[in-house]
Amino acid sequence: MTLDAPVVHNLDPATGESSAVTKPNRLSIIDGDVHTAPSKLAELAPFLPQRWLEHMQTYGSRKRHGSSYEPYPKAAPRAMRRDAWPDEGGLPGSSLQLLQKQHLDHYGVDVGVMGPLGLSGQGEINLDLSAALASAINLWQLEVMAKPEPRLKASIVVPFEDAVASVREIERLGADPHIAQVFMLTRSMEPLGSRRYWPIYEAAQAYDLPVGFHVFGAGGHPYTGAGWPSYYIEEGAGHATSCQTVVTSLVMEGVFERFPKLRTVMIEGGFGWLPALTWRLDKLLDRMRDEVPHLTRRPSEYIREHIWLTTQPMEEPEQRAHLEETMEWIGWDRLLFASDYPHWDFDDPFRAFPASISDAHKRQILTANGKAVYRLG
Amino acid sequence: MVRHVIAPAKDLPAGNRIRVMIDGKPVLVLNIKGELFALSDTCPHRGASLSGGILTGHVVSETPGEYKYSRAGEILRCPWHAWEFDVRTGRSWCDPKRMRLMQLDVKIEPGASLVEGPYKTETFPVRIEDDYIVIETT
Repeated sequence: MTLDAPVVHNLDPATGESSAVTKPNRLSIIDGDVHTAPSKLAELAPFLPQRWLEHMQTYGSRKRHGSSYEPYPKAAPRAMRRDAWPDEGGLPGSSLQLLQKQHLDHYGVDVGVMGPLGLSGQGEINLDLSAALASAINLWQLEVMAKPEPRLKASIVVPFEDAVASVREIERLGADPHIAQVFMLTRSMEPLGSRRYWPIYEAAQAYDLPVGFHVFGAGGHPYTGAGWPSYYIEEGAGHATSCQTVVTSLVMEGVFERFPKLRTVMIEGGFGWLPALTWRLDKLLDRMRDEVPHLTRRPSEYIREHIWLTTQPMEEPEQRAHLEETMEWIGWDRLLFASDYPHWDFDDPFRAFPASISDAHKRQILTANGKAVYRLG
Repeated sequence: MVRHVIAPAKDLPAGNRIRVMIDGKPVLVLNIKGELFALSDTCPHRGASLSGGILTGHVVSETPGEYKYSRAGEILRCPWHAWEFDVRTGRSWCDPKRMRLMQLDVKIEPGASLVEGPYKTETFPVRIEDDYIVIETT
């Protein structure tokens, strides 16, 4: 079995069209982060009550940090791969046909877990709008994407600043076989271990669904502890710190004590920051255990048991061996491949990983860990 | 040496680009202000086809707050991770030693010089009275 070049590009000289032929005996690929999106608001109309459709048409979106969910201008229009805009118009990720051709078929992706951003209601100041849009995007994922294309799994987008509405959404959809996870964002009103979010974790555990924490979000706070930085690069670096806030809060608040079967996935924040954070938390706990007596184990133990991470956007150290060492520290059973298709900082499942990583470890990252965390048979 | 006749010259006016397969490998041919460039169409970073990338310029700064923009339209930016390549050298701006695109020798030749061969053409006849874009490989 080779992991090197499973896709052969054929260019039809007559049409200039490229097609991909997948070699037999390839690995299964579970992709933990595929961004699908309605092409426009009107596409949500069948799933959004008229009252909220008209509200969006009249007043529009108002996120907690005062802009769209993308507070920084991106390195490419709407942060998309330039080759992923559908010919028929609409956002990348809105055309199922192009998504199938350019991603699922091209790489042989067996399961892609959808993570809707944008028109998903998360971060809306108006909580009722937030809940209505979240419900609509969930039905849209199921009806427009997951049912016609079973390789795509839906996420339950929850309006997480409203735990009651979030639980209602999990109870409504949690048993649907097209659902893979509960979907939250790392930038929230309070650190995500806070008790106001616990009902969401309780419901996720009850339905045996992992909770994915995807970077971004509009919690109402600037992107750093000292305000808004100047550059998009700083936003990119800041995702790692937002993930650290989530992990630290979940552990210290005792979420994993309270919900001992909870599985969580940090999405799109990379992973290189985790070992150092874990060492620091262990050291601090050893000195100040009596401040958090509700913890019965060291932070490293909770992290090792309850937290998975998607690999994209992977750190790219000059010495690729250093990346492998970092993965070793985190655990080969805790990292899941994610492409982030169709965003510009997309990872290719066959070229993103250092060649030195063994086939057995690649198999874990590309297939086994995703199957385990999303309970994919 | 093989001459690949890839298109009639009139089919690639300034500001246009085509992607062709040469010896099984994708090649991007650019006409920038009348000058032709032929580069490997596979980004050495993660393998994207560069043909969907924009042509941009080169912005440099000697000190914060001062910017100089040059080389307008001569820097090819990958449509995925925005790696930048100089179309004149094929070299990446960030990592010029390790990341570079293979350059191919491309020129315009009159049909009269091609009728003798040897050349390879896929889908169109070569006529004496027209000019053609030709890439030579060894």
